[in-house]
Amino acid sequence: MSTDAITFPGAQIDDKPWVDRLHGWLTTVDHKRLGILYILFALFFLVVAGLEAIIIRIQLMYPHNNFVSPQVFNRMFTMHGTTMIFFVAMPILFGFANYLVPLMIGARDMAFPRLNAFSFWLTALGGLLLYFSFLGGSGLYGAGNAPDVGWWAYAPLTARAFSAGHSSDYWTLALLVSGFGSIGTAINIIATILCMRCPGMKLSRMPLLAWLNLVMAGMVLIAVTPLSAAQIMLLVDRYLGGHFFDAQAGGSAVLWMHFFWIFGHPEVYILIIPCFAFMSEIIPVFSRKPIFGYPVMVGATVCIGFVSMSVWAHHMFTIGMNSYANSFFTITTMAVGVPTGIKIFNWLGTMWGGQIQFKIPMLFCIGFLFQFLIAGLTGIMLAAAPFDWQLGNSYFVVAHFHYVIVGGILFALFAAFYYWYPKMTGRMLSERLGKWHFWLFVIGFHLTFDLMHIPGLLGMPRRIYTYEPGRGWDTLNLLITIGAFIQVIAILVFVANLIISYFNGDKAGNDPWDAWTLEWSISSPPPAYNFASLPVVESRRPLWDQKHPEDPDSRYE
Amino acid sequence: MSALANPFSQAPATWTLPSRGKVAMAGLIVAESAIFTIFVVAYLFYNGKSLTGPTPREVLETPIFYTICLFSSSLTIHLATKSLARDRVGAFLGLWLLTIALGGLFLYGTAQEWHRLIYEHGLTISTNLFGTTYYSLVGLHGFHVAVGLIMLLIVAVFTLGGRVGVKQSGRIEVLSMYWHFVDAVWVVVFTVVYVLGR
Repeated sequence: MSTDAITFPGAQIDDKPWVDRLHGWLTTVDHKRLGILYILFALFFLVVAGLEAIIIRIQLMYPHNNFVSPQVFNRMFTMHGTTMIFFVAMPILFGFANYLVPLMIGARDMAFPRLNAFSFWLTALGGLLLYFSFLGGSGLYGAGNAPDVGWWAYAPLTARAFSAGHSSDYWTLALLVSGFGSIGTAINIIATILCMRCPGMKLSRMPLLAWLNLVMAGMVLIAVTPLSAAQIMLLVDRYLGGHFFDAQAGGSAVLWMHFFWIFGHPEVYILIIPCFAFMSEIIPVFSRKPIFGYPVMVGATVCIGFVSMSVWAHHMFTIGMNSYANSFFTITTMAVGVPTGIKIFNWLGTMWGGQIQFKIPMLFCIGFLFQFLIAGLTGIMLAAAPFDWQLGNSYFVVAHFHYVIVGGILFALFAAFYYWYPKMTGRMLSERLGKWHFWLFVIGFHLTFDLMHIPGLLGMPRRIYTYEPGRGWDTLNLLITIGAFIQVIAILVFVANLIISYFNGDKAGNDPWDAWTLEWSISSPPPAYNFASLPVVESRRPLWDQKHPEDPDSRYE
Repeated sequence: MSALANPFSQAPATWTLPSRGKVAMAGLIVAESAIFTIFVVAYLFYNGKSLTGPTPREVLETPIFYTICLFSSSLTIHLATKSLARDRVGAFLGLWLLTIALGGLFLYGTAQEWHRLIYEHGLTISTNLFGTTYYSLVGLHGFHVAVGLIMLLIVAVFTLGGRVGVKQSGRIEVLSMYWHFVDAVWVVVFTVVYVLGR
């Protein structure tokens, strides 16, 4: 069959004037373009929230520093946390899911392309609302600016009496709107994976990336919605005079904590499971072995999905629960480490005996394995309620969750960027700049976040805008800030790599890594219609079957 | 085109996948259930914790008639979709309009109840915890009924315009899933507010 003669509308779009091209991007319903829009949107906010982190670190560099006022400091850590979770991590992972899931399951688009575009623009509107608070947050009161209530916005800080003006309203609306976008995308991912697979792509043959994103999307449906519900309640309180979280009328501040963390803890797994998905695709390719224990990986992921729904109150040990609740949440939190540990052993099992190629994506994967393990271990430490009573709300906690989010999620994302950038742009990222990026980031990361555990152990509480000299925190804080600047340099190298390689990178070809999943069977970047003829698969590694017809996987599965 | 023009052979003899409309609606229902769960938890948690009156026991009356209306509408919409699947458009339209009437009657019942509570008992959303949780939970459900009614009305208009036939029965079934869900939520809300909550 000859597809060369067929011209598809929009296939020649790159020859058009830039206004038409921009119009094409703004009105697109193509899953690949929306995926890239998600990723660019998130990268922009990564820079913004990174700058906020730098402001925080400069302020804490010396004791009694006056770089920013306490009020601005509060706004910075609130905006940093909110932005990083809702407008960097979520959209960037949705972007990769959007881009990769249809390609990997042999579909021409998501199940609902227009819902897909709608969800993206809702998320974009959410980001705009959050940052519009810098301009509009004062409202008529002349009080408040950006939200300053912390990313979990505990009651009663968000009550009208303590949060005049509109900054908390912008925070609430931004999260509500982007939450609806997340629900739309999650429904879309589920419908795509269940209903759009190419012939032969049984659930048992799906790439693990598709499986893990299916679990992630299911968790979004159950875990993001409680946050939406809580935001609606907060709006009722703030606009209609309700009393949900108003302690003076019998309302409960603790109920908000529960509602927030019923969202907040599964959210961590919503973010990390797609990163597990990247690991499960990249490690086998660079170990030249199929993934070790495919069914166990699927089972462990589903297990994490279930167990992570019942661990939320380990964020609340310090508010004083009864001993049954403390024991329950300690046990469940430790239990969720078991399937996670199984996954780490499976990745090690994949690497064991393989011909490991230390390309940049693999370097980031190996960094992920080490750092995620340590992050998990400090997590187990904090899961023990008495330990948490001592260290809750200290810098130890900050170090722990940044170890997960930076050392785990961000490293996995970098691996994904280096691995799939050739598919998205048709150009390879530079190995040399990639090595600079990797090593600078590893050094900066460990300088910052390894050391950050220690002031926590020495009693430094989180969210303080300054501290007294002579408590043993001074040198550590200075080194932590220096580490943060090294990470900034590494990120600059990364951004430079993205831009330079886009214009000057080596041509990638269809399959630069000699990989096995369907996205590598088509050109880079893929055509608008993805597959000229729908593929038919007979095993978990369709491209292996095709490259090795004498010894196909389908014979053994 | 690449060298891999048609590399994959041997399509399986039968390859059927679930309907994406139904899967998506099921996903939406799961998400909505989680939202309602949070509101129900808040209602139960705050039940009896209001610092001032009025209390549920004093002012709530069980809306038996309107509840029967809403539950019957589940039956009528089920029969309507079945009629459409058998290409009996006339019967479909009749049952569909009956569903709309029953849903509308239910909303009228809610409106009447709220009017009574506000004007006779002075209970508003800001009066006490009972008011806050009651209007939020019942209001959230009423909002879903209203959205459902708007969608049912759109289908009714298209049917009157002669544009709905057996070809559309799959989509109509997706809509009826939503309506069944709204009814099922009322089972929970009714039990919580009018049975357990008093």
